[in-house]
Amino acid sequence: MNKNILIKVCAGTGGVASGGEEVLSAFRNAISASGIEAEFLRGCAAHRVGCRGFCAQDVLVDIVINGEKTTYKHIKHDMVQRIFDEHILNGIPVEEWTVREDYHAFHEQQTKVVLAHCGEIDPEDIGAYMAVGGYEAARKAILYMRPEEIVDTVKESNLRGRGGAGFPTGLKWELGLRIRSDIKYIICNGNESDPGAFMDTSVMEGDPHSIIEGMIICSKATESHHGCIYTKSEYTLSVKRLQKAIHQGYQRGFLGKKIFGSDFDFDLKIFQGAGAFVCGEATALMRSIEGKRGMPSAKMWRTAEKGLRDKPTVINNVETFANIPKILMKGARWYRNLGTEMSGGTKVFSLSGKVTNTGLVEVPMGTTLSEIIFDIGGGIEGGRAFKGVQIGGPSGGCIPAALLNTNIDYEALAQAGSIMGSGGMVVLDETDCMVNTTKFFLEITQSESCGKCTPCRIGTKRMLEILERITSGNGREEDIPLLEELGQYIRSASLCGLGMTAPNPVLSTLRYFRDEYEAHIRDKKCPAAVCRDLITYSVIEELCTGCGACKKVCPADAIRGTRKTPHKIDQSLCVKCGTCFDACKFQSIMKA
Amino acid sequence: MEETLQQILDHYKKNDGNIITILQDIEKNFGFIPEYAVNWISEKLDIPASRFFGCATFYSQFHLRQRGRNVVTVCRGTACHVKGSERLIDRLMIELDIPDNEDTTADLKFTVEKVNCIGACGIAPITILNNEVHGKITLDKLMKEIKKIKAGE
Repeated sequence: MNKNILIKVCAGTGGVASGGEEVLSAFRNAISASGIEAEFLRGCAAHRVGCRGFCAQDVLVDIVINGEKTTYKHIKHDMVQRIFDEHILNGIPVEEWTVREDYHAFHEQQTKVVLAHCGEIDPEDIGAYMAVGGYEAARKAILYMRPEEIVDTVKESNLRGRGGAGFPTGLKWELGLRIRSDIKYIICNGNESDPGAFMDTSVMEGDPHSIIEGMIICSKATESHHGCIYTKSEYTLSVKRLQKAIHQGYQRGFLGKKIFGSDFDFDLKIFQGAGAFVCGEATALMRSIEGKRGMPSAKMWRTAEKGLRDKPTVINNVETFANIPKILMKGARWYRNLGTEMSGGTKVFSLSGKVTNTGLVEVPMGTTLSEIIFDIGGGIEGGRAFKGVQIGGPSGGCIPAALLNTNIDYEALAQAGSIMGSGGMVVLDETDCMVNTTKFFLEITQSESCGKCTPCRIGTKRMLEILERITSGNGREEDIPLLEELGQYIRSASLCGLGMTAPNPVLSTLRYFRDEYEAHIRDKKCPAAVCRDLITYSVIEELCTGCGACKKVCPADAIRGTRKTPHKIDQSLCVKCGTCFDACKFQSIMKA
Repeated sequence: MEETLQQILDHYKKNDGNIITILQDIEKNFGFIPEYAVNWISEKLDIPASRFFGCATFYSQFHLRQRGRNVVTVCRGTACHVKGSERLIDRLMIELDIPDNEDTTADLKFTVEKVNCIGACGIAPITILNNEVHGKITLDKLMKEIKKIKAGE
């Protein structure tokens, strides 16, 4: 038996939470306990890979025998032995556990550039990255390219900043190169704070070396010798994998003094943020690295001239850096042609919410929203109706069904009242209340406002109060114009992106879902039955069997009734927690 | 306490640290930021305590009050929100008997906290129980885990 067997277990945050590490060790135990001849053992390796994007079906396991790949879904550690016995030893895959067409549909319609290695290679092994051509681009840049050449290549590729604002990366680097200074910094912005976005963390976890390589290339292009990756300390796995990757980079001489045997030095550090949404803003992030409160400052100078510690600083997003090695290896024209005229390449979105296939999706610029949500995402789960999609998190806007044919790029999304943002895409269905969802976003921006600019600090608070009033049934007729007016002021009078975009969710939902606001205000009704103060729970007597299940679970003792007769809910005691609604097996509790 | 603080101070000097890294070390060692610790370090470094408190109250990672021995973190990201994390928190507060505007049980056994997003939206809703991530959580599953912890204490 001379087979080449590879077992790949997903170990992104989603994979680990679903038991990925247990599955991996179960495979390792099975291999070592099998006692098969050494020759076989050498050819058989089980290792972890980063997130492959399809988190809804975690834990995902690939078994590759002599190049032939079989993928299993929803694997638990107690299922490992059977896969090992039937598939690995006898060559017959366990059909009932393999992935179905939806898995292939999910992946085949994507174009993977940034995510190409995620889920394929072991992120904790620099050798695995180099085996797929890793660090070749950095070597080429450091040893054979002039900074101007690199800048020109990036400019030609039409790559724009993936952090959300879409500033052309090549231009930014050109500015960074042109400025003379004793010290220059480059920073990788990994403070992915948009709730509902997880593409940066997946790249940091699944392919950390590609970010480091992108930064090495940038260091040469801008002649900076100091780099820093800023990431959230909540992203424990990202921090761990990046630290390991940087350590390996130093060992191989790709980082530190005289990298790749040239006379170019580049040092790279990690800085763990302490949890502040606003630190995703460039100037706030820099204050945070300096050990201060992360408050944005007015951009009297571009950060390329005066950034971290008042030195010229080039700052780019994780995904932007991860694109760079591929652009250098495959050519600027190739990358440019993937996208639209205005923006080159692909964009990674994290698709979540009420969509069947949640996970990471990488598509060329110019793809339509409906292709992402319905073709790749498999539509709305449970066959319910689509209502809207929130793009760009609390800074973005909600796009309704009528605009699903919007082609994704920076300009088109702005026109629809949203932003590209970092790429969070949360799908909402008919059971979601738009007013409640908007209130949720405003809660975030309000509590994360740093407090520097009054319109943002107080304006978001007032907007939130108005929304709370509306969702609790005390909305007034004049609230809608008031929200619109406030929104315009906050947008035009705030200093940084947080304040300027904070009213977006309110303004976009007022534009597309005004009727829901009106229903809350005029009829005191929540059409989606979400807002707690506007719904009541009651028992449908014809359906109630009197089993008493609801009575047992009610935390407020609000349910009355004797066994085998229909129960009743005492509305004066009901706290509207919904426990009875979940507990009833006969759908005899009505929410309206 | 002074011994630990001295170590934190030495670490700061050696590693070219700043106020945030000091606070991160204090939080790691004590589980929160004791007033005494800030005053002690502020005096040694001759940096006003207000600068420390300014940072400690700005970043969500730092806590000024003692927290429970077990921490239940409920993700309040958008994906978790639409999958019902708000109700999860409401019910959790009732089950653990935590009063309004508080986040810790009276016996300091549990703290319930919210986090904006931990980046695992594919398996929403998510809770982190003592650093262990649980995806696709329901209140029943969560209460089972909490009972286990209670029994183990």
